[in-house]
Amino acid sequence: MSLCAGLDRPKSRKYNIFWKSVFVLVVLAVIIFVYLASKSVDYIWRWYRIPQYFFYEEQVDVRAEIQGEVVDIEKGEEETLIRIKGGDQSEEYSFPGENVLIYAGDFVYAGDILGKYKEWQAGILLQGLWLTLKVSIIGIVLGIVLGVLTGLARISENPALRWGAITYIEVIRGSPLLVQIFLWYFVAGTLINAFLAEFSLPRVPALWFGIIALAIFAGAYVAEIVRAGIQSIPRGQMEASRSLGLTYAQSMRKVILPQATKRILPPMAGQFISLIKDSSLLGVISIRELTKATREVVTSSLQPFELWIVCALLYLILTFTLSMFVQYLERRAV
Amino acid sequence: MPESIISIQDLNKYFYIPQEIHALKDIECEIAPGEVVVVIGPSGSGKSTFLRCLNRLEFATSGKVVVDGKEILGAGREINRIRAEVGMVFQQFNLFPHMTVLENLTMAQMTVRKRSRKEAREKGHALLKKVGIPTKHNSYPEHLSGGQQQRVAIARSLAMDPKVMLFDEPTSALDPEMIGEVLDVMKDLAKEGMTMVVVTHEMGFAREVADRVIFMDEGMILEEGTPEHFFKNPVHERTKAFLSQIL
Repeated sequence: MSLCAGLDRPKSRKYNIFWKSVFVLVVLAVIIFVYLASKSVDYIWRWYRIPQYFFYEEQVDVRAEIQGEVVDIEKGEEETLIRIKGGDQSEEYSFPGENVLIYAGDFVYAGDILGKYKEWQAGILLQGLWLTLKVSIIGIVLGIVLGVLTGLARISENPALRWGAITYIEVIRGSPLLVQIFLWYFVAGTLINAFLAEFSLPRVPALWFGIIALAIFAGAYVAEIVRAGIQSIPRGQMEASRSLGLTYAQSMRKVILPQATKRILPPMAGQFISLIKDSSLLGVISIRELTKATREVVTSSLQPFELWIVCALLYLILTFTLSMFVQYLERRAV
Repeated sequence: MPESIISIQDLNKYFYIPQEIHALKDIECEIAPGEVVVVIGPSGSGKSTFLRCLNRLEFATSGKVVVDGKEILGAGREINRIRAEVGMVFQQFNLFPHMTVLENLTMAQMTVRKRSRKEAREKGHALLKKVGIPTKHNSYPEHLSGGQQQRVAIARSLAMDPKVMLFDEPTSALDPEMIGEVLDVMKDLAKEGMTMVVVTHEMGFAREVADRVIFMDEGMILEEGTPEHFFKNPVHERTKAFLSQIL
């Protein structure tokens, strides 16, 4: 959709078909090139090894915790129940499946294996994906709150608020996120945890310093987006609202911000897509998000091609979903 | 002479950006309840600035502006209460584009006047009927014609039950065939006894409705008087020149 479609002669059907085919051909050419290139290098593709890093079946041993006699074994439809009685204690063990390694009447000691079953576990990549998702969502929410407040402070008449906002924005935008993450974790984190230890309070885990670093980083950019959005609303809106007797805060809430939201959404989406991708830096403070998880699996499995491609696709799923969601919001906002 | 509802003494206004301009020079003016005052003058003469000083959309540099018995230049948060008593209609309508017509009318009633939703909606419907667009309450402003938008803007101000209405060139942004419908609403309002201060270029309106006409030029009130005085035998040279240009 061109911005001014009416300015030029309408394009013919042939024109569209031709250039659409050009697009498809270029994409195909890239795919074929990548395929041929991967054939020519000495690399064995083992895609079948990838799913285990999402889900894997774990063998679980059921062990006795007391010593005593096996009173009875009840095999149900899905569960097996084992009763053990020793002295004045008695215990019950139940687990799925029928793989029982003992018989009724046996005498067992604490630690003996009674039975085995298999259980599906989330693999390291899925755990990493979940952590990335969690960090991003909390980061986005905190970033929005921080950004809107800072954006409002930035256009405030109060010098303390305004200069505070400018200082925050310039300092945070002017230094690399990686350095900020190190500062938060190694400097602020050490100080805060030492301080908490003084009062024998629990430590704040690395995850939270990572989230704070991300949220504060995003907040600085969001603040400028919010400020630009608010300032793009015509002056007359505020004047009309104030002339009706609304206070500044009421006018902001009911008149200016609802209108600014629609203009703020597109650049905001870009900012939060950046935040999701920037969360890959959190690996440096040993938060095992998606990128760090992938790196660990690559080290142990030696399948870098498949794993990094999968990693990129997972990020793409997250960012594309967010992008679609924001477009939906944009359409809904009047 | 009844007590003035608006009283302006020694009002001065300077703008410093982009350069220093003395926009209003020692303005003195009294407006009585029920009076319709029309302010005319060439562009850049300070008419709009004068009007905007009356509800402090422009903060006067010095002087005294007393509205409904309260001095507004020194007012703190109280200004919001005073502004609710002073309706304002803008050249560019300034309706809230994200709200329907009815929401435009009810929002301030509920927020400032603390009326219930039901009460505010009833008032809104009644006013839409009064300004002649009873069926458009669920439309958004962008789907209305300019004349309709301006009438909604008038209704929005009236919904607050103001004691004074200020009009800042209400017909200047309208197509010629829509000017009449807005002026008709304003005439009805004047007949009902509303106190009005109108900045306009509509000389017909001034002649027909005004109790008093003020002519401003270069930030000063050069001449004021009844419409008859004004249009038949103006005294000041500048007034004569201005009237001969536009009549």
